[in-house]
Amino acid sequence: MIINKSEVANLLSKLACEYRVIAPVGKNGLVEFAVLKNGEEPRLDYINTKKPGKEILFPQSEELFNYTVDAEGVRMQDNVDPQATVVFGMRPCDVKSLVLLDNVFKNDQYEDVYYLTRRNNTLIVGLGCNEPAATCFCSSIACGPFSKEGSDIFLTDIGEAYVVEGISEKGKELLAKLGLAEASEAAKAAAAKRQQEVKADATVNIEGLSAKLGGMFEHPFWDRLHEKCLGCGACTYLCPTCHCFDIADEATDCNGCRVRNWDACMFPLFTMHGSGHNPRPGGKARWRQRLLHKFNYFVDRYNATACVGCGRCIKNCPVNLDIRQALADVRALD
Amino acid sequence: MNVTKNIKETAKKLLADKKVDLVVGFAQGSLPLRSTPYFARTPEEAENLIWSATCENNLANFVRKRPEKVAVIAKGCDVRAIVGLIKEGQINKDNLTIIGVPCVGMVDRKQICELVGCKDILEVTDTGTELVLKGKDFEKTVAKADILFGSCKTCQYNTPVLFDELIGEAVPAREADYADIEAFEAMSAEERNAFIAKEMEKCIRCYACRQACPMCYCTECFVDCGAPAWIGKSAASVDDNALFQAVRVFHLAGRCVDCGACERACPMGIKLSLLNRKMVKDVKELFGAEAGVSLEDPPALNTFQFQDKEDFLL
Repeated sequence: MIINKSEVANLLSKLACEYRVIAPVGKNGLVEFAVLKNGEEPRLDYINTKKPGKEILFPQSEELFNYTVDAEGVRMQDNVDPQATVVFGMRPCDVKSLVLLDNVFKNDQYEDVYYLTRRNNTLIVGLGCNEPAATCFCSSIACGPFSKEGSDIFLTDIGEAYVVEGISEKGKELLAKLGLAEASEAAKAAAAKRQQEVKADATVNIEGLSAKLGGMFEHPFWDRLHEKCLGCGACTYLCPTCHCFDIADEATDCNGCRVRNWDACMFPLFTMHGSGHNPRPGGKARWRQRLLHKFNYFVDRYNATACVGCGRCIKNCPVNLDIRQALADVRALD
Repeated sequence: MNVTKNIKETAKKLLADKKVDLVVGFAQGSLPLRSTPYFARTPEEAENLIWSATCENNLANFVRKRPEKVAVIAKGCDVRAIVGLIKEGQINKDNLTIIGVPCVGMVDRKQICELVGCKDILEVTDTGTELVLKGKDFEKTVAKADILFGSCKTCQYNTPVLFDELIGEAVPAREADYADIEAFEAMSAEERNAFIAKEMEKCIRCYACRQACPMCYCTECFVDCGAPAWIGKSAASVDDNALFQAVRVFHLAGRCVDCGACERACPMGIKLSLLNRKMVKDVKELFGAEAGVSLEDPPALNTFQFQDKEDFLL
């Protein structure tokens, strides 16, 4: 199927009758995912949103439930969000990150009702990347600028129009209702050409990396990797696959709410014990954790690398600690 | 004078003569317009040191509480922070060799990004006074002086105030310029509130500003304290985000060296230095004090003089 770019706004208005529509929009000089306001046009010419797509299903700060204490006891109100949602125009790396996060929020030990309720009520329209950035390395890591993994519907930008493909059953069902025109053979060929030809940096070699990292816990490599790290949370907060969180109660008098906030393994407090002992006392242990979690522990546990190559950590690190370089350095070790 | 060459030679000599165990400086980064802090421990490693208009980080962060003998390649603002840290007992001057480098300012990646419509810059050539930026389908030449960080445009201490060795020609000091703060002060309280709220809406509480600040070194920051929880932990609260910055500014009163490291580190592009510079200006006007410009000056808030202005007291 196909949709002209000039018709996208109409399509989204139509979708907005039935769904909450979330799309990239320009805000405060940044491109961010937001609920589209009536008549607002999405920004679909972006490279990557500043904040990763994970925030749609796993917000930075999420009020899990509210509570009130009175003479009769405690009243609680759960804040599960079941609203049917369409995310329009998410890049393949961010879409892939949601597939990875599914492992964390739904596994044999735990099912997170907050994440999963959103997840099950959200339909993802992925948007291929015609021009990956120099910092993108998705083609290196089981993803790629036209990876359709995780998308329910997939868009390929062929200039004046998007070629639209139904990927999942859920996506195909929605497309059947929308009545879009069939794509011409020429349009399909143009899309196929893009999908085949556009590649991001594919030179980050992670083959065999997990096994190598698995034997490196005590390696002197970690002594220096972290040296320039300032210990901020820019890389983890802007990473689409980092998913650590902290839970805090925010209360005034007898009213409160339990909030889940993103947390980061780069912060000392993240691992601080009540006793004052900290098993990850410095940058060395924290950077080791960051790299091992993404490229070894996650692989062991879920058989996938917890990195999608979006390059946000590279772009946003205040000291240019480049994860591609860190991986290359590991590879170069004897 | 080739500053990079001289830095390499000086660092190599210090390491070869075992005068220091470590030289902290900059190496070429992995992206155009990026340098990266670098730690050289051998003369061979010192070969990787560079100097350019992209050496934006404040290296004072990396020389605090070091057990070994260290040399640091330091520009004007790094040295101001080092002076502040020496006075606060955070750096033992006997173990630190300062290789000062006069600096005419570092170039601001965010401004450059806007100039080219935030397209990927793949190659940059520095011609001395200009940068030639090349991308996939564009080439643009910009004057370095036009794209300096805000803090560099108003810097009055381009030449380090303290050094063991100076590499490069001293740069004449600029006149004080607080036009940005005066414009902020001229706004109504409502306008200032609205401005700050809009900026703080962007905050993700990654604390890059705090971590990049050479003077922010509390073992436990008040924002991290859980009992009592001085501040909400949620980034969704614009008020809490603003409170975090407000307390940071107050904690840096008389201590902020106006290096702009906080604003440079912020991944969300929040105009943080405006708040800090307002405090810098106030401290200067009220107490005639500037942080990190002399080892002898008493810290502004640790001293009382009869001529101190008190008209802000209620």
